[in-house]
Amino acid sequence: MAEHWTRRVTPPQPGDALVMSGTVERGSFRLEADLTAAPGEVVGVLGPNGAGKTTLLRALSGLDALSSGSIRLGDLTLDDAATDTFVPVERRPVALVFQNYRLFPHLDVRDNVAYAPRVQGAGRLQARAAADTWLERLDLTALATRRPHEISGGQAQQVALARALAAEPRLLLLDEPLSALDARTRLDVRARLRSHLDQFTGPVLIITHDPLEAMIMADRLVVIENGRVVQQGSPAHVARQPATQYVARLVGLNLYTGTLDPTTRHVHLDAGGTFTVTLGDDDGVGSAVAGLPTRRVLVGLRPSAITIHTARPTHASPRNVWKGTVVALELLADRVRVQVDATPPALVDISTGAVADLALRPGTLVWLSAKATETEAYPDPGTPERRRTERE
Amino acid sequence: MTSIDTPPARQAGASRSPEAARSVQSRGAVPWPLGIPALVAALFLLVPLAGLLIRAPWRGLPGILADSQVLDALRLSLVCASVATAVSFVLGVPLAWVLARSQARGISVLRALVTLPLVLPPVVGGVALLLAFGRQGILGRLLDEWTGITLPFTTAGVIVAETFVAMPFLIITVEGAFRASDRGFEEAAATLGASRLTVFRTVTLPLIGPSLLAGAVLCWARALGEFGATITFAGNFPGRTQTMPLAVYLALESDPDAAIALSLVLLVVSIAVLVGLRGRWLSTGPAA
Repeated sequence: MAEHWTRRVTPPQPGDALVMSGTVERGSFRLEADLTAAPGEVVGVLGPNGAGKTTLLRALSGLDALSSGSIRLGDLTLDDAATDTFVPVERRPVALVFQNYRLFPHLDVRDNVAYAPRVQGAGRLQARAAADTWLERLDLTALATRRPHEISGGQAQQVALARALAAEPRLLLLDEPLSALDARTRLDVRARLRSHLDQFTGPVLIITHDPLEAMIMADRLVVIENGRVVQQGSPAHVARQPATQYVARLVGLNLYTGTLDPTTRHVHLDAGGTFTVTLGDDDGVGSAVAGLPTRRVLVGLRPSAITIHTARPTHASPRNVWKGTVVALELLADRVRVQVDATPPALVDISTGAVADLALRPGTLVWLSAKATETEAYPDPGTPERRRTERE
Repeated sequence: MTSIDTPPARQAGASRSPEAARSVQSRGAVPWPLGIPALVAALFLLVPLAGLLIRAPWRGLPGILADSQVLDALRLSLVCASVATAVSFVLGVPLAWVLARSQARGISVLRALVTLPLVLPPVVGGVALLLAFGRQGILGRLLDEWTGITLPFTTAGVIVAETFVAMPFLIITVEGAFRASDRGFEEAAATLGASRLTVFRTVTLPLIGPSLLAGAVLCWARALGEFGATITFAGNFPGRTQTMPLAVYLALESDPDAAIALSLVLLVVSIAVLVGLRGRWLSTGPAA
């Protein structure tokens, strides 16, 4: 036990990277995940409900086992189906902050935080002292003698974080850390959480379905859908070039699939219509697309980059112009989102003044236009055809 | 004959009359085919207790209770019931956990069998105990040969009989609590480095504390009142195996006043148990 305790308190080594490549099966659900996280890196795991985000955390923490593949953390093999290696949950240097925190109701805040040191072999006084250090570091000392039901949701989140950190983990997992909080508390707790995570030297995985949260908290995003990783990249990259409709909706982008003819820079959209596009040249994507005769691409178009007209517009600059019918209008914070049924359909953001000027209402016939420079095409990382063949 | 369900308002006309309101109110009233049996049942349960109180020899009570034989029986009852509860706790809580958590096949059959003493006539339990732990019993003979200990007709035998009858009460109460408890806390404890046994000791058990107490109190009360299995397996020797219920039964023939006095003591203990469990077993609201 003492040896165990010593191992767990070893501070995270620089170079303790997480490398996971494997499959988890829970009933009929199947998650295939290939992901890495560098020491100190905060990876946001984004995905719709039921995508497999929680399954991923359960596999990493050791609550569930991989059915194939392996999980490595630095020089430790946590799980390897091939060699039948499985480090049980209580022996993994991995801490998990649960979505609803799961603070022990029969222990006060201090004893909750002291729990990990205590069960890992520290004496009562030693464990309490360790807990006090963490409470102080997270500015929670005033709550030490309160029971979990006597503190607020935001405080509970911080206590749960303190309890996890007190286990001195080398990998930190957070499951929807802010989802149980109201909007006002969330802002405050998010800022505090970010600053605590910055001090953590091991890899951090944050699960969320809130894109804004993911963008702010994470250095890198991993998007999971239907039990598969569909996209990885920097928040800026994911926001600009979403790989799937789900991500596009999250970041508020119109996303179309189509086939590119690189010589004319025309994309024939699957939803109908043709766009003249710009080939994104960041990350060498443009050249990658340009080098091929025709290929599957995604076209991203910001709702605010589309202009609405009530008559066919005439412009000199190369523009995509198409016709449609207003379906619905939704008031956002400072603008109106117009849903237009067209070929292809589009969401358009315009000012409230413009809605009045153009007298828009459901049923109005409109023309849409978007500059070719705003219409960016990039390679489709996973066409449905290819994914299906990969699975078989 | 007018049906009870037909509101008088319908005969009075279309307007919403005071009668309509009255018929709504009367929904809370008890219809006589239910009310009369209910009253009979309540009287049937309460009158004997009232009889006990009315006929109690209040004036001679201190003298009767100071009798050494009565005190012996009371002391023996309390000691045996407490030890039986302790044994039930130490053995029954782990069994309850296994019944609640084990995925093994045959667990449901085992659950049915170990709770059988709940419905088994205690006398049958006593006979069964004799066949198992009696001097000629399957285990009793071995016990006698190896250690020279015989259980029947000893104080230890009283404890065995009481444990046999009362432990299932603790098991079903605690098993239900294990089943209903939130496994999430146990998972949280495991991720923090607690082994399964540590999780059980530091999280699982404390979280079902109230149910542990309720189970123990129920078990103790059942053990205290145990008669059939005790008299069959342990006999009726004053100071050694004569517990309160046995003393009451014996006194009824020779000294009715003493029997009533002893009964009063047991009644007081029972009421104390009920009060102790108030809110867990007595409340009818959703909080139960």
